[in-house]
Amino acid sequence: MLGLNQRDTKFLIIVIALTVFTPILLQPFPTDSGLAQFNAGYPDLMQRFAIFGIFAIGFNILFGLTGYLSFGHAAFLGVGSYSTVWMFKLLNYNVLPGLVLAIIVSGLFALLIGFVSLRRSGIYFSILTLAFAQMSFNLAYSVLTPITNGETGLQVYNDDPQILMGENGITTTHFFGFKMNSSWIMDLGPWQFTFNFGYYFCAVIAILAFYLSLRIFRSPFGLMLRAVKSNQQRMNYTGVSSRPYTLAAFVISGMYAGLAGGLLASMDPLAGAERMQWTASGEVVLMTILGGAGTMMGPVLGAGFIKYFENIFSKINDQVLHGWFAFLPDGLENALVWLLHPFVGKGWHLTLGLLFMLVVVFLPGGLVELGQRIRNMFRKKPDANDDSNHKPQQSPHVAE
Amino acid sequence: MGLLEVKDVGKRFGGLQALSNVNLSVQENTVHAIIGPNGAGKSTLLNCLIGKLIPDTGSVTFQGQSVLGKKPHEINQLGISRIFQTPEIFGDLTVLENVLIPCFAKRDGSFRLHAFETVEAEKDLNEKALAMLEDVNMQDKLHMQASSLSRGDKRRLEMAMSLVQDPKLLLLDEPTAGMARADTNSTIDLLKEIKEKRDITMAIIEHDMHVVFSLAERITVLAQGTPLVEDTPDNIRDHPKVREAYLGETQQT
Repeated sequence: MLGLNQRDTKFLIIVIALTVFTPILLQPFPTDSGLAQFNAGYPDLMQRFAIFGIFAIGFNILFGLTGYLSFGHAAFLGVGSYSTVWMFKLLNYNVLPGLVLAIIVSGLFALLIGFVSLRRSGIYFSILTLAFAQMSFNLAYSVLTPITNGETGLQVYNDDPQILMGENGITTTHFFGFKMNSSWIMDLGPWQFTFNFGYYFCAVIAILAFYLSLRIFRSPFGLMLRAVKSNQQRMNYTGVSSRPYTLAAFVISGMYAGLAGGLLASMDPLAGAERMQWTASGEVVLMTILGGAGTMMGPVLGAGFIKYFENIFSKINDQVLHGWFAFLPDGLENALVWLLHPFVGKGWHLTLGLLFMLVVVFLPGGLVELGQRIRNMFRKKPDANDDSNHKPQQSPHVAE
Repeated sequence: MGLLEVKDVGKRFGGLQALSNVNLSVQENTVHAIIGPNGAGKSTLLNCLIGKLIPDTGSVTFQGQSVLGKKPHEINQLGISRIFQTPEIFGDLTVLENVLIPCFAKRDGSFRLHAFETVEAEKDLNEKALAMLEDVNMQDKLHMQASSLSRGDKRRLEMAMSLVQDPKLLLLDEPTAGMARADTNSTIDLLKEIKEKRDITMAIIEHDMHVVFSLAERITVLAQGTPLVEDTPDNIRDHPKVREAYLGETQQT
């Protein structure tokens, strides 16, 4: 179906199902229970899951397939956001022109940066992309203020042209009249589920992005990209010019990032320079590696994992901790809170950092590898005579 | 006129004249070996043939077309395929994928954005790659990761990757360097088999006399950056100049 083989089709259907039921799956705890704060099924966060999923899927096309580690992908995210907000300012709040422009502009921007950066590989490539991204960030912050509105960030003002707005135009972002912030809330016993249009809009685009990336992974083009990662010199002596291949991968992943940036602005019509900062570029690298670089599902999982931590763990403060351990004697309670304090709330980065280290050391294949190991554990008992080290190894399927 | 013509090639590195007045003509459908002791300039000459180095003087033409200054992928697209000292393969990919890549390169040229087809749907190329792998007896290892192959199999795979492109000229750079005698013999057999099955021109740069005399139809002896003599293997074996420069020491062993 859709040019995919049976196995990939099944895989895609699972992904679609998970995406559709996200508002339910991420809301496992009843609203008034003590665990409700671990629920992640609210629109803002779900939108972020989908958007950063797209960002990471795109990044993975470059890093996962070709092995070129870009440390400046946030620049494209920022360019996408600015483009979209400009469309809001000039036309109206319909997100479609903005998203199209975001993809085009970030693609052109990626072409320029990629053309220069891809003359080098390895660490030099990473540094070049980092330099370009920091340059973009600083330009957006200072010199380019007329375009980016500098420190304040770009936003829509009342005196903006908005030529397609009309008399009673919608004053919030929408897709042909369907408002991004409109939600339908369903109460089911103690549970409350929020079905938000903005989330589903992002989700549909994320599924399309995922499908496209799946096609790229399975295509001759994807095969060439994997060959670049494996042995670039051999590739050149095989009659293939590797530069245009890496450049194409760079531009495609830049366009994914631009789309993600455009969606961020579509959910909240703001664009600030900090979106282009190197920490944002580093974040997508973490997402991809944490989830499993070069796998289809990994980057999405990694994006979800990091965004969950950022939004949920950061909300746990001392007060919440005291609430949890109230049943303990006072001394013990205080000691436990003191012990956990650095890991939650503002310290969520510490927890994330530790988890990241554990994953990189023990699970080089990321969260996807964890999933595979658990699955293999249940599938069959290891055979005593199965000396797998001395058997020819089957190469792993790229989807896994 | 030969398939590959090297005329008056000279190359200097600082104070070292690595090559001077090299004239060489590789005729079609022959196995032409270039031998010489260490430091004779074999590798420099090879690098001039594949575009890695540009000689200071002289010309290198392939089918009348100059190869100087061309990039490796352009030289391959002309029909020159190179076999390396240590097998160069795509270790992370499967055996079949390794052979598919040269097939795509041959059909689509040095770049094509074919991102919406699937590899599996390319029936013709898959069949071609399969037939090639059967030719080198690797049909039962199609889905193995190439890096887990034995060294001998890696060499066979590399050959398959070159041959599937039907190159006009196969350049072999010390194909048996560092191999045990048994592996060397199997490589010789493989090359002989290839030679019997198809019309192909080979240029072999080699150190090992056993390999050279088993395969070559013409031999050029290089010494101190310049060709000493070019002749058939039988004549080379008894040539006094060659014995003096090169063979004297090895034949005693």
